[in-house]
Amino acid sequence: MHEVSIANSILEAARTEAQARAGMRLTKISVRIGELAGIDPDALSFSFEALVKETDLEKCALEIEFLPQRHECADCGQRFVVADFETRCPKCGTAETTLISGNELEFAHLEMEET
Amino acid sequence: MNQIPMAGKILKENDRIAAQLRAAFQAHNILCLNLVSSPGAGKTSLLERTLESFPANERVALLTGDLQTDNDARRLARFGFPVRQITTGGTCHLDARMIERVLADWKFEDLDMLLIENVGNLVCPSSYDLGEAAKVVVLSVAEGEDKPLKYPSMFFKSELLILNKIDLLPHVPFDLAKAREYALRVHPDIEIIEVSCTTGAGLPQWLHWLKQRRELQFPSFVHAVRL
Repeated sequence: MHEVSIANSILEAARTEAQARAGMRLTKISVRIGELAGIDPDALSFSFEALVKETDLEKCALEIEFLPQRHECADCGQRFVVADFETRCPKCGTAETTLISGNELEFAHLEMEET
Repeated sequence: MNQIPMAGKILKENDRIAAQLRAAFQAHNILCLNLVSSPGAGKTSLLERTLESFPANERVALLTGDLQTDNDARRLARFGFPVRQITTGGTCHLDARMIERVLADWKFEDLDMLLIENVGNLVCPSSYDLGEAAKVVVLSVAEGEDKPLKYPSMFFKSELLILNKIDLLPHVPFDLAKAREYALRVHPDIEIIEVSCTTGAGLPQWLHWLKQRRELQFPSFVHAVRL
């Protein structure tokens, strides 16, 4: 259960970013979380809400885009979502595939409004 | 409403420190491994048996993380190699800053290998890069063989799986073939070594893996290895 520290890192970075813009208020923080990042989106939302409660960011929402594990085939270039842990290429069957997304733990964008 | 792009990783501060540590380890030819597992899988026992097998002049050091107590550091200190306990005080994982802080007064010139025993937890430590060359996941046969399917992130990110406590196989319903199959399903390239820290089975293979992993990391320093 490290979602609280992740939520705290999100808030710290977003707050720093927002403070650089005078007269604006943060309304939404949008993040991308990959399936392999080891983060439970529900626990992250819960932690975020608990951290912003009764603060200046109480009205700020956290939007989480959850990204599945995706691989690319080294032989035929096919890109595919890994379902049921099957990492072989569904098109040509080779096992030589590499992870192209699913490990994200990153910011997407912020939404702000004028105060 | 204004949308402002915000790029960058959420743990960028951790990743920045981890990258610095990795560069420093690489520059000093230090093989750094991050040992992860659920609590009680046998990370400390594996390290004890590892240290026991090293010659006294082996340039190895250890960091061990726990929520509370320095019991593990005391167990490991018996072998005469430098050991430091990182007590997280409740945090469920080690992060790069903790490693940086604890290594601040250590001379990297004196080391060839740094073994980090993470907090026992199969989820959270998978998110935090410590600057290691590789993660090694330990799974004991006293657990369920479906652990790789339940915690795929950790098994996907680990280079080696140590299947530990195999001396208990006659007494537990653990399906070894299934465990291997599940680990390989999640991570087709994962290497697997079956070990018993009690009987010593598999330990030579583990020590051989360590030696090879160091040669892989530092091809020009092959003869400096004294395993």
